[in-house]
Amino acid sequence: MKTMLAALAAATMLMTGMPASADLIVPNLSYRTGPYAPGGIPYADGFNDYFTLLNQRDGGIGGEKVVIRECETAYNTEKGVECYEATKGGGALVYNPLSTGITYQLIPKATADGIPMYTPGYGRTSAANGKVFEWIFNYPSNYWDAASVAIRHLLDQNKGDLKGKKIALVYHNSAYGKEPIRTLTELSKKHGFNLVQVPVDHPGQEQKSQWLQIRREKPDYVVMWGWGVMNAVAIQEAANINYPMENFIGVWWSGSENDVLPAGSGANGYKSLAMHGTGMDYPVYKDIKTHVLDAGKASGAGDQVGSVLYSRGMYAALVISEAIRKAQAITGKSAITAADLRQGFEQLEITEARMAELGLPKFGQPFKASCADHGGPGAALIQQWDASSKKWNLVTDFIAPDDEVLTPLIMEDSAAYAKENNIAARCQ
Amino acid sequence: MLYREAGDFKTSYVADSQTFPIRFDRIRYYLVVAIAFGIVPFLINDYWANAVFVPFLIYAIAAIGLNILTGYCGQVSLGTGGFMAVGAYACYKLMTAMPDVPFVIHVLLAGFVTAGVGVLFGLPSLRIKGFYLAVATLAAQFFLVWLFNKVPWFYNYSASGQITAPERTMLGVAVTGASTPAWAKYLFCLLILFALAWLARNLTRGSVGRRWMAIRDMDIAAEIIGVNPLTAKLSAFAVSSFYIGIAGALFFSVYLGAVEVGEAFGIQKSFLVLFMIIIGGLGSIFGSFAGAAFLVLLPVLLKNILVGQFGWATDLAAHIELMIVGGLIIIFLIVEPHGLNQLWRTAKEKLRLWPFPH
Repeated sequence: MKTMLAALAAATMLMTGMPASADLIVPNLSYRTGPYAPGGIPYADGFNDYFTLLNQRDGGIGGEKVVIRECETAYNTEKGVECYEATKGGGALVYNPLSTGITYQLIPKATADGIPMYTPGYGRTSAANGKVFEWIFNYPSNYWDAASVAIRHLLDQNKGDLKGKKIALVYHNSAYGKEPIRTLTELSKKHGFNLVQVPVDHPGQEQKSQWLQIRREKPDYVVMWGWGVMNAVAIQEAANINYPMENFIGVWWSGSENDVLPAGSGANGYKSLAMHGTGMDYPVYKDIKTHVLDAGKASGAGDQVGSVLYSRGMYAALVISEAIRKAQAITGKSAITAADLRQGFEQLEITEARMAELGLPKFGQPFKASCADHGGPGAALIQQWDASSKKWNLVTDFIAPDDEVLTPLIMEDSAAYAKENNIAARCQ
Repeated sequence: MLYREAGDFKTSYVADSQTFPIRFDRIRYYLVVAIAFGIVPFLINDYWANAVFVPFLIYAIAAIGLNILTGYCGQVSLGTGGFMAVGAYACYKLMTAMPDVPFVIHVLLAGFVTAGVGVLFGLPSLRIKGFYLAVATLAAQFFLVWLFNKVPWFYNYSASGQITAPERTMLGVAVTGASTPAWAKYLFCLLILFALAWLARNLTRGSVGRRWMAIRDMDIAAEIIGVNPLTAKLSAFAVSSFYIGIAGALFFSVYLGAVEVGEAFGIQKSFLVLFMIIIGGLGSIFGSFAGAAFLVLLPVLLKNILVGQFGWATDLAAHIELMIVGGLIIIFLIVEPHGLNQLWRTAKEKLRLWPFPH
């Protein structure tokens, strides 16, 4: 039996042989299948298309072509590990798995292998502390920022006073959904509101009892940490119980077109956080149309361009490409290694002027990383869904998070991680 | 031919009742063991360890465990995922509470904890059978996952509810944690699998196994000939859960390093292990290996062929892969309902008679 296995194994080894090349290899651990595919497909398309644009328009980055190695994880950690191991050997520069579960899985592995991970707006929040997490970057915003921004927005609406209000947190019952609880608990102490936790189990198609609970509790506001099919179901259920949509705020992973369209006009007024602007009104889309779509090189079906999650995938690719550029500038060579790229990430600065130059003016917040700061400023916008014109509108400017509450939490959590794993703090 | 019995004389009862009575079988077994222990560890790299061998070894342990309960004792169980979770969480609590105790003891203790939980959920088997018992164990599956998600004590109050394996060493070499060398992971799992498979093989050949099989074949007849159904069923639940708990502990600590209970030990895990023993062959140790290999290695192989060789789109390949694996499962069950083990046995019989079939 095992000899048979060995033969099978030898056959596979031949088949996975990696071609050696000097290209910049960026694996894309995407998911285009499974219950989270509606979120995974546009993100992966945006991610791929931006690199295709750079390859087609500029001949790559610094003269080096970017090669994407896509691997299907189906949002499943076992497959994520398989994908990581399959791609890391071929000179992979950076990992961006778009899954909190897989990120937790890969943080120690990538750190041991010396490959940076870039997890914008997801993953482990305390990785913002670069003193402990040398190889992990999650700027410009993370979960705890999001929780704080959502509460700040509610404070703004209530003249700075949330005393005695009841806020329900509807969350995906997993590592991802549990992330904001600690912050919201702290914030509830600080501002005197009442936090009700309503977990929804994977994948979230069945939420009748949760919304019954919300109808009974009558919270003043509902905050949602959902992903995939869970978002659309929650918004539909909220519409069914006539919950006032403007009091319902989702995190940025609960604010794409896929989430609100199924509820039709019922979703009108639903709010969500946004890490970046959205829509097609940015000059970069003209280039994407000419060099990627019209050239027939679009990733996937090419029908996701301009959607919220497409923009996010593109934004992640943009930050990675800027970090590659920075690493090339630091080392003076075009074919950089993963270790060089880590330096690029750590010394990265993206200004508003640079964003405008890249064709995305006023798209994301400017940020500057440092040895200690891998988390960025953490500000976010609030967007609101207009069901009649089927469009997300930004209703606020960037709102800064409450660092007074967040910084101690990040320090505490990263210190616990450092202690568990015997990590000495870098850079003072 | 290969399976020649001519000239293979037995002169003692011990020789006659050994596990592999045919000389060729015996030699093949020693050869496989020698390759597994003596050659593979020197060739293995991270990809082979983490994507192929370690999951295969761990699922083989789980499949043997379920096979003892379902294949040998006839008690259908859909609680495998839940019991694996018990093993993983027990191992995590032990690892963090007693960091100085050798890791292998934690794994064994995790097995014993799961055996206890398994016996508890096995109690209904004394009154109910078949589908009804399957539903009772299904309840165990959902209850256990819910429990580990709900009670923060189990995950040491971590913010995300995930459990993460700290680094633990054996004889100075890391076996858990990110810096574990590929060969150490592989050898650690292989040693445990070897010991457990050897134990299972001998248990099922001895009086304990005969009692299980008597209960499986006809429980009333078994009771009449003096088998105590209480001890037979509960011992099957205990031994089976012990194996599954160890598989869960290794799955969490050695293979993945961090797990989230709903994602890693959900109902789909129970079905996966059940499919393994159905495809491999109920009531056979070899079948557990074959089934685990089939369901762990085939998807990886297909992925490497479709995406790595043919360069297909990843989503198309993932869907085709599901269809191929699903189709093969159906074909297997139609053509050979007794699983891969029966195919192997038939092939062996044919080879023994060749070239003079009757």
